[in-house]
Amino acid sequence: MNSWINLTALWKIVVIGLLMGAGLPALFAVGLRALVPRGGTADPAQAGAEAGTGATTSPALLGKLIAALCFAAILAAMAWGIYSIVHNS
Amino acid sequence: MNSSRTPHRRLRERFRRPDAVTQPVVTGNSVLLALVVATALGFDFTNGFHDTGNAMATSIATGALPPRVAVAISSVLNLVGAFLSFSVAATIASGLVQTHLVTLTMVFAGLAGGILWNLATWYLGLPSSSSHALIGGVIGAGLASAGGHAVQWHGVTSKVILPAVLSPVIAGVVAAVGTFLVYRISRGVPEELRGRGFRLGQIGSASMVSLAHGTNDAQKTMGIITLALIANGSIGAHAKAPVWVIVSCAMAISLGTYVGGWRVIRTLGKGLVEIESPQGMTAEAASASVILLSSSFGYSLSTTHVATGSILGSGVGKKGAEVRWSVAGRMAVAWVLTLPAAGLVGALAYATAHGIGGTAGTSTIFVVLAACATGFYLASRRTAVTASNVNSQWSGSIAPTPVPAGAAL
Repeated sequence: MNSWINLTALWKIVVIGLLMGAGLPALFAVGLRALVPRGGTADPAQAGAEAGTGATTSPALLGKLIAALCFAAILAAMAWGIYSIVHNS
Repeated sequence: MNSSRTPHRRLRERFRRPDAVTQPVVTGNSVLLALVVATALGFDFTNGFHDTGNAMATSIATGALPPRVAVAISSVLNLVGAFLSFSVAATIASGLVQTHLVTLTMVFAGLAGGILWNLATWYLGLPSSSSHALIGGVIGAGLASAGGHAVQWHGVTSKVILPAVLSPVIAGVVAAVGTFLVYRISRGVPEELRGRGFRLGQIGSASMVSLAHGTNDAQKTMGIITLALIANGSIGAHAKAPVWVIVSCAMAISLGTYVGGWRVIRTLGKGLVEIESPQGMTAEAASASVILLSSSFGYSLSTTHVATGSILGSGVGKKGAEVRWSVAGRMAVAWVLTLPAAGLVGALAYATAHGIGGTAGTSTIFVVLAACATGFYLASRRTAVTASNVNSQWSGSIAPTPVPAGAAL
């Protein structure tokens, strides 16, 4: 069976694929969400849920920091992707 | 057609051919080689426009990028990608058919099979795999020329068929999980920021797919031309692709991408799933990571299979999204047919070219091929899909709903 299919490679592709292919978009969504000013959510139901965490302080700076970290991580992952293309040649 | 009596036949051909005497012995038949290289670059071109949609269909469908800009970006990134990596070229050239049995006519017939299948599926707006078309064509020609032992069945199964079955499933699962997470996390984000953010993200992930496409697919043609050069004795059996091969393949695929296979883009972007930008971003991220990971493990995946799987997955992962499984089913049928159909054309082309013999035979096929290509092009004009109508409402077929009488463009 192993000469037909490289199982090690397969599970690596699945796991790393999930981490990058699904994880990075999720991280992107986290970054976007962090950019939302507290209490300023469009969806009233969501706004209620968020408000409990301290809507009055409006930590825009913290949000921006989190967002910046998320986006930086994504850019780094993309750079790694390009590096892996070049490196594998 | 009785090509099984090869030794005598080949000898007779050699004497019949006027150029056999005048040409320098070392370079073999340079007319034939030129035809093969031209056809290979033609295939590379069809590969480009057939696959533009893999990277850009979702960005075009969600309006993240204007259609023309999308194909231009994809084209440039394909060009860059083609120069980045050369590992796949080797596997294509050596893993599938017995290299020592390969003849120029065989490579040529294989390419003819690949091109015709690409054009047919493009006409139908079906995103089928260009790499499978090429591989099918070469295998078919190999079978016709030397029988079953010319094909490395083990290599074909483990390197082509199994990845083709697995990759859309993996990409689909990754995209579905990603889409689910993204929608869940971004629930509270205001619509305006959400739309803008994900459209930006989508451009990023689509660009990665374009780059990955360039590294993967341009190499297949590089591999084929290298195979032809080896068969012709122009370079050694384990030589790498010469620089002019790399440059011309990169140019051909990039040009093809720029032309834009609007018919396929339309099916992928509008036909399968009504895509929103978060889905688009996730689908492309899934495609990019699966393609990049696999190629780093030496698998030359079909970007088409991966991209289609991802787009389907992005529909599955979003609650309430409509996935048109009938369209997906038609694609699946096309995928299954790709290897045998391209193989059949490849075999027929080989038998014909070999039956007529020599440069005349190959030239005949070349002319027939050009005529078919023109035919497909003319036929496509009747239900033209262009940058301006690629996004119109999906009405069950590739052809956009005809413009009402009087409102002609």
